[in-house]
Amino acid sequence: MARYSALSIFRNALSGQKNWQRAWRAAEPKPSYDVIVIGGGGHGLATAFYLADNHGIRNVAVLEKGYVGGGNVGRNTTVIRSNYLLDGNTQFYEFSMKLWETMSRVLNFNVMFSQRGQLVTAHSADQLDGFSHRANVMRLNGIDADILDREEVRRLVPYLDFSDTARFPIHGAIFQGRAGTARHDAVAWGYARAADSHGVDIIQNCEVTGFLRDGDSIVGVETTKGRIGAGKVGLAVAGHTSVLGAKAGLELPIESHVLQAFVTEPLKPLVDHVVAYGADHFYVSQSDKGGLVFGGNLDGYNSYAQRGNLGVVREVAEAAIALMPCISRVRLLRHWGGVMDMTPDASPIICPTPIDGLYLNGGWCYGGFKATPASGWCFAHTIATGKPHPLIAAYGLDRFRTGHTLDEAGVGPSAWLQ
Amino acid sequence: MLRIECPCCGPRDHDEFRYGGDASVTRPAHDDPDPEAWYRYVYIRTNPAGPHREYWQHVTGCRQWLVVERDTRNHAVASVDFARKSTLRKSPA
Repeated sequence: MARYSALSIFRNALSGQKNWQRAWRAAEPKPSYDVIVIGGGGHGLATAFYLADNHGIRNVAVLEKGYVGGGNVGRNTTVIRSNYLLDGNTQFYEFSMKLWETMSRVLNFNVMFSQRGQLVTAHSADQLDGFSHRANVMRLNGIDADILDREEVRRLVPYLDFSDTARFPIHGAIFQGRAGTARHDAVAWGYARAADSHGVDIIQNCEVTGFLRDGDSIVGVETTKGRIGAGKVGLAVAGHTSVLGAKAGLELPIESHVLQAFVTEPLKPLVDHVVAYGADHFYVSQSDKGGLVFGGNLDGYNSYAQRGNLGVVREVAEAAIALMPCISRVRLLRHWGGVMDMTPDASPIICPTPIDGLYLNGGWCYGGFKATPASGWCFAHTIATGKPHPLIAAYGLDRFRTGHTLDEAGVGPSAWLQ
Repeated sequence: MLRIECPCCGPRDHDEFRYGGDASVTRPAHDDPDPEAWYRYVYIRTNPAGPHREYWQHVTGCRQWLVVERDTRNHAVASVDFARKSTLRKSPA
């Protein structure tokens, strides 16, 4: 695999940009692999890469029912942050942040990671107290966090509503300077290319329709391209974990819900950071093309439709205008939906399963993108060693049975209210 | 817009309703001491990609709890009935 560099761009320019190699091979399935990862999204491809890179397991296939990056890794709003309160989440997401900081170099692929900073507005003294608690926890874990007062927020993001008539006046904000965004498609492509260069077969248009068993163990998969044997099988199909889990005989605490995302027509530079609205569910950043990329609440009922409803479009627009009245005349360019695995505590599930040979990575709710590298790293460790990586010890399937849920939002076990 | 044919009020947009989740889940008896039964009731869901029986409450209309059978892939509603008639559960949530 030729390395990408300034020199390679120059050299290819001399030959009219006609001699670039494919970024990864169009592999066809072999009869069997040491490990099969189901799901060619960010998490599945990262898992395959770290299996090869960290553990030397290179006889690996990634099976994708559609095309690489066609699922949630290409549908999210690209926000990356590590501002979590609860032990287990705090350390995991910070580990992920550190992997983001070196990702472009490690993968030799520019994922355009932009640490532009993220702030969440506070709209009461109590809310700011809560944010101070979270910021203290972050700092004690070595993570950067700042508490801003109203005037500091105004200097940073003067385009928010600081008027006397604001529905929820801004009291302050919590700010993480190392948070930011990345080009989400490049993350999928970068991991695919790097995994492929380690010998991983990436097999697209290959849907898993069932599992092969030897007694109680899973020893391979049935696919639309035939039977493929495997020493171990990893599920990384968040959004559809229940569907594949049911085929394997797993009972899961997951509901699938649609989350919508939106992009406006391109504007001149306006939003320099990632801004989240603390009085409602709304978050926004500006893409390199100039479009405001934003999202809000779930549609709120079980759905596998990958498209959302108009009621949420209105709710999100209302929240947007309440925070940023200046964008009230901006036109929406596109909106789309992705299917989320929603767990009862809004935290993910990564663990070995009760079924021998089957490993689970799912339940990402709407926080999966920022977790991509750490998820792949820890899931690869779990598959390679058969034991959970210490950073995902809190993400076991058993936690619901034993009462050790990680309920960051504190809303109780209703998946659609997370 | 998803529409639900309320047996009291006729066809209404779904944002007049509050979602109540999977209607196939049965609450254990109040004195059931088995934690496994409560674990399954609170957490485990079949989450099908296809027909799904689910609760909706018509909060800005008649305030009745309904059981709706809806396809989660395309939102086609197959049936709507009062939850209180349902044999699955004696008292609606």
